[in-house]
Amino acid sequence: MGAIYRREMGAFFTSGVAYVFLAVFYVFSGYYFYNEVIQSGYTDTSPLFSNMFRIVLFLIPILTMRLLSEEKKNRTDQGLLTAPIGLWEIVVGKYLAAMTIFVIAESIIFVYSIILGYLGDVVWATLLGNYFAMLLLAAAFIAVGIFISALTENQMTAAVFSMAVLFFVYLSDSFTERISSQWLYDIVVQLSFYSRYIEFTQGIFNLTSVLFYLSTAFLFNFFTVRILEKRRWS
Amino acid sequence: MIEVKNLVKRYGDKKAVNDISFKVERGEILGFLGPNGAGKSTTMNMLTGYISSTSGQILINGTDILEDPKKAKANIGYLPEIPPLYVDMTVDGYLNFVYDLKKCKLSRKAHLKDVCDLCKISDVRSRLIKNLSKGYRQRVGLAQALINNPPVLILDEPTVGLDPNQIIEIRTLIKKLGKRHTVILSSHILPEIQAVCDRIIIINKGVVAADGTADEIAKSITNEHKMTLRIEGPTHTASDKDMIVTALRAVDGVKYVRADMERERGVYDYDVETDGKTDVRRAINALCSEKGWNILMLQLSDLTLEDIFLKITMGEQIGSDKGNDSKPRPRINLVFDNSSETENAASDKGSENAEASADDNGGEK
Repeated sequence: MGAIYRREMGAFFTSGVAYVFLAVFYVFSGYYFYNEVIQSGYTDTSPLFSNMFRIVLFLIPILTMRLLSEEKKNRTDQGLLTAPIGLWEIVVGKYLAAMTIFVIAESIIFVYSIILGYLGDVVWATLLGNYFAMLLLAAAFIAVGIFISALTENQMTAAVFSMAVLFFVYLSDSFTERISSQWLYDIVVQLSFYSRYIEFTQGIFNLTSVLFYLSTAFLFNFFTVRILEKRRWS
Repeated sequence: MIEVKNLVKRYGDKKAVNDISFKVERGEILGFLGPNGAGKSTTMNMLTGYISSTSGQILINGTDILEDPKKAKANIGYLPEIPPLYVDMTVDGYLNFVYDLKKCKLSRKAHLKDVCDLCKISDVRSRLIKNLSKGYRQRVGLAQALINNPPVLILDEPTVGLDPNQIIEIRTLIKKLGKRHTVILSSHILPEIQAVCDRIIIINKGVVAADGTADEIAKSITNEHKMTLRIEGPTHTASDKDMIVTALRAVDGVKYVRADMERERGVYDYDVETDGKTDVRRAINALCSEKGWNILMLQLSDLTLEDIFLKITMGEQIGSDKGNDSKPRPRINLVFDNSSETENAASDKGSENAEASADDNGGEK
């Protein structure tokens, strides 16, 4: 797992994906920080986080698109799958590498908090709450992205498909009221990444939501392992 | 060391590998020979645990690859058809990655140096893999397989894309490796297999078509004797042709004569096939001098491994309907397409010739 993790970290930077990801993340978070936080006259960082949802939604597929699709395309998966390591180690190694890049990106928040510290009092409880909420969101999104990357050999397909899926999940919130059947409504509401996330930015710490994000992450990593396993049998 | 029992791989309705069984002993170099699509790579992918078999069993050093894949895989170094290289890494970075991936316990610096020296890539260690030539990439692929000194090496077409010098180097290297490792290598290039391997398994259409040493296989099929003659007749016209064919057919021991193309003006080539017991060259020489014809050329064309390979792999009904019996196939199980008029099996003479011509063949390539 350590080997996979280190290689992926190296690949994120040599391929430039990490730089693009970090740069775009910093640009948009900087924009929202200035526009939604500083301009508002309050030190509450929640507007920044609630707006970043849409950015993260489109950025995470960039991070995950090549993780497994490229292995398959370049046949480097042959090296991994014939090495004396388990499939879980491969998937989790890659997953943690993507998570690390995301943590590096998101930690810009602490730079913003220093700036806020000059302007007023930082409300650490909401800031940290939001920070971990976004981390949980990313944990789930990255798992979904890696899963989709395992389904295809083409990284563009993986990226576009991941964006579409994540965007659809986001949109599902806006048509819930038009769902007539109660059970379907319940399911869609329960599966809403967005409303659960917004809840955090409103200062509500909901343990169910924490479990929701963590179990989504686990489940999709599990699916990814199954996909790799299945490919050997087909 | 490696034991394969009744291995089957099915893709939908198609059986890519159909009931292959063989054993490889420690220190043996086994060659998998077969045309493209014969099932060589599929078999190797199953041996290394990259894909799973539909049925059958693979034991690597006594460990079932499906039951304890980690332990079995730790015994294998694999160079797939396309080396699994991360082109955005340096050679050193990549080999270090593989070292970590295989959880190698040997001294990192010394072991990587040994491997690089062995594969002659020491001078490119700091270069990016994407900037390397095909030959170097192949050798990095080989180095990768050698890391952690696995007792079994599985090399899928290791010399593809190399220049002749590199091919010879790699062959020498594989021979050297064969002293310490059990090696299985695949190729569709005969001389290569002949030059390197102790034992050959010819795979065609997913079944084992032949299994034995190069000599054994060569002996078993060089039971025919063919030669090509170029004879200058008296008139330099096509009428010579029929006359000469008739006369040659009358020579004792000649089974079949066929006039070939006009190679020089008014001079034809004749393909002569003998019963394999009689040396007809003197009789033909005597015939020609008696008639006043000139022999401009005489060329023996014994079956080389190449011919055998072609015969086995081009033959139509080989194995596919005969491979259902569950017991292991005999060591030599060559099935010839005897229906063609030119290829009548005769005695088992001529193994020396076969060896000689096989060597020639190896030299040429």
